[in-house]
Amino acid sequence: MGTTTAVTMEINAESCALDLDNRTTLLDALREHLGLTGTKKGCDHGQCGACTVLVDGLRMNSCLLLAVALDGAQVTTVEGLSSDAVLHPVQQAFIDHDAFQCGYCTPGQICSAVGAITEAASGWPSAATAQERPVGSVALTEAEIRERMSGNLCRCGAYVNIVSAVAEAAEAAREAGR
Amino acid sequence: MTTLESALGASTARLEGRAKVSGTARYAAEYASEGALYAWPVPAGIARGEVTAVHTDAAMADPAVLVVLTHDNAPRLRPVEDRTLALLQSPHVAHRGQYVALAVATSLEAARAAAAAVLVQYKADHHDVVLTEDHPGLYAPEEIDGLWPGTREHGDFGGAYAAAEIRTDAVYTIPPLHNHPMEPHAATAVWDGDALTVYDSNQGSTAVQHTLAQLFGIDAGQVRVVSEHVGGGFGSKGTPRPNVVLAAMAARAVDRPVKLAVPRNHMPAVVGHRAPTIQRIRIGAGSDGRIRALAHEVVTCTSTVGHFVEPAALPSRMMYTAPNSRTSHRVTRLDIPAPSWMRAPGECPGMFALESAIDELADICGLDPVELRIRNDTEVEPDSGLPFSSRHLVECLQEGARRFGWHERDRRPGIRREGRLLIGSGVASSMYPVIIFPSCAAAHADPDGQYRVRVNATDIGTGARTVLAQIAADALAAPLGRVHISIGSSDLPEAPLAGGSSGTASWGWAVHNACAQVRELVERSGGSVPAGGLSASADTTEDIKSGQEYARCAFGAQFAEVQVDTDTGEVRVRRLTGVFAAGRILNPRTARSQFIGAMTMGLSMALMEASTMDPEFGDHAERDFASYHVAACADLPAIEAHWIGEEDPHLNPMGSKGIGEIGIVGTAAAIANAVHHATGVRVRTLPIRPDALLPHFAHFA
Ligand code: FES
Ligand code: FES
Repeated sequence: MGTTTAVTMEINAESCALDLDNRTTLLDALREHLGLTGTKKGCDHGQCGACTVLVDGLRMNSCLLLAVALDGAQVTTVEGLSSDAVLHPVQQAFIDHDAFQCGYCTPGQICSAVGAITEAASGWPSAATAQERPVGSVALTEAEIRERMSGNLCRCGAYVNIVSAVAEAAEAAREAGR
Repeated sequence: MTTLESALGASTARLEGRAKVSGTARYAAEYASEGALYAWPVPAGIARGEVTAVHTDAAMADPAVLVVLTHDNAPRLRPVEDRTLALLQSPHVAHRGQYVALAVATSLEAARAAAAAVLVQYKADHHDVVLTEDHPGLYAPEEIDGLWPGTREHGDFGGAYAAAEIRTDAVYTIPPLHNHPMEPHAATAVWDGDALTVYDSNQGSTAVQHTLAQLFGIDAGQVRVVSEHVGGGFGSKGTPRPNVVLAAMAARAVDRPVKLAVPRNHMPAVVGHRAPTIQRIRIGAGSDGRIRALAHEVVTCTSTVGHFVEPAALPSRMMYTAPNSRTSHRVTRLDIPAPSWMRAPGECPGMFALESAIDELADICGLDPVELRIRNDTEVEPDSGLPFSSRHLVECLQEGARRFGWHERDRRPGIRREGRLLIGSGVASSMYPVIIFPSCAAAHADPDGQYRVRVNATDIGTGARTVLAQIAADALAAPLGRVHISIGSSDLPEAPLAGGSSGTASWGWAVHNACAQVRELVERSGGSVPAGGLSASADTTEDIKSGQEYARCAFGAQFAEVQVDTDTGEVRVRRLTGVFAAGRILNPRTARSQFIGAMTMGLSMALMEASTMDPEFGDHAERDFASYHVAACADLPAIEAHWIGEEDPHLNPMGSKGIGEIGIVGTAAAIANAVHHATGVRVRTLPIRPDALLPHFAHFA
């Protein structure tokens, strides 16, 4: 039987107060309670990445997070990436490289790419990073992108274009950060 | 005067691209409906038998649960041809995972918990679920999928094979495979009196509309099916599925809107799958590699609730010269979930077998496999005797070989080492027939110079919306920006499904005709459009009968380079190059995505995808993405897709052949052939995983 808990999150820069069933995942809170259906449910089991969002700046599978445990968290979904009708550079790169077909994995891919670019810039290594890496940011080579984007399945098989889109957006972010 | 650049053939970006990257594109479970409830289905826990009791007390104890539907209390449905849709109509269980109850509640969490709390009791019968080569139930079906005859014979296979200088004989096996589109099958159903609106995830909503009308005994005009964006289907959404029927039943039972998304791990049991195949291929040839005798004999299985037969021997009726041939299917009915369409049914598994066998033949003849294929090229389709309207297989092989750098290749297997890696390359042909269905479409010119084009096409990720707008702009001689295209609703003119790579040709032909008429009307009225606008509609039922005096098929060639780790047995594809001849390419940008997307799925099939029928419980053991592996980003090498210009006047007004499926045809064989070239080991069972190779590497240790 559903026990509810009050929780307040900042979602796409807006404060949202909700009273949620304790069993509600962040994914279902977004999709079913807040009308933010941009975040997709592909498996509900942490196996596909379609539900990827940024929680306090880090990418997470929102189907694996219980919403009531996120009081005070800052959540960014695909709807929150663009502002004033200007697409986020990763979103634009996905269009420019035709990095999707059916589009169902796409919001997750895009949030994941945004997270991956930040992680690499912060020097987080991946399995593709050389052990003797220089200090500072990790360059997002194609091998790095493939590795870091492998938590997001795309059954349409848009990976080749996803890699080029992420590479372009990462390069643009690096230039901008100089 | 400025000349209008033709919209056809332009690399136009997807019209819905912005909606898809910003999260505003809405899929079936994403339509807000006031007071909508959630439904969660309960799968059967036995493979065959009867439900004797359904205990719902525990489930109903939560006040959030409105009802649990079972075969006792569910709304009655009228019979339809697809018996997998006779949901909750009888206590009979035909396969494990078949739905036996449905919980409906005010929240997803409550519905899921209620479904888990439903206690179902059964009287289980003995079940029979495993396909074997000598299953006693095997019989030769009259027809296979596509209404083709099950068996075809030409000449004297037995005699020619016995007399041949060179003979091959091998068996190739493919396990059950699951479509697994990223968007699970979902629907939201809303009744208003006797009128039903559903938002459904499918590959063709005209068929869904008619099937729902039949099931509920109402007029098709009372059923509206909206499928604006669909998150992939790969065949599994080609027919109405339990999601939409159950959502409509539940909504009727509780008189409120109901949403239902099939949980991922239910999908292998209720949305179809690619049936396993055991394929024996025998080739008799001269020492020059010319095929004199070819037998492709397929053993497969189907369910007791449907009669889908994977037509895997079909490609051997079309690919190469074979004066003496036998192509046959034998099938057995098992107590398994109903198999159905999965991307290139027949061609995809059949070409793994045929193109592997051709590689084996080349090996025995000591011939280059590209050359051997060229020697067996044919101008007429061997089975029908009809001339091909266009066939550029040889050109695809040659162009692919050139781009891939094939000619430097040393044919000897197992000799290229890089440390602990063995390197090799392989080739295979691709093919996919031209299929065109009748379609309707309507076009309208407004006085302000805008055009509205309507057709109930479905964009499952192909780029249909975009290419149809391009076809319309071309036929109207109008800029693309003035064409407003509506697809994805049964309110629009009736159209066939997105399946069989038929969509662009079928819908496009109707769109072209309607738009060409409107253009004529505008010209006749002196170039200006009167206040009420000008309209025309088209129905291509008659038009599509033309061109049938030809065999029509798209061809291609794929080249793969692999590395095989002798320590771990792991195969990785380094490069994959495809060259296709598929008529006129109408949008290079989205076409390329179709080709490389399908090749990606082919790589996934070659190396990763496998489902196992559990003999004890009678269901597929790998039901989710943790156990059923599909290729991820890191598995993919650089994939290239190219095409050669092909002018074929016998197709349709656009001159296009279908491109959605050909890319998955041949990929697995090219990779398996490359593995043989790398290691000298011939793997005839997919997927090629380390266990198939490691035992052969003991001498490397
Ligand atoms: S829906 Fe969360 S990982 Fe698949
Ligand atoms: S675009 Fe369809 S699953 Fe990725």
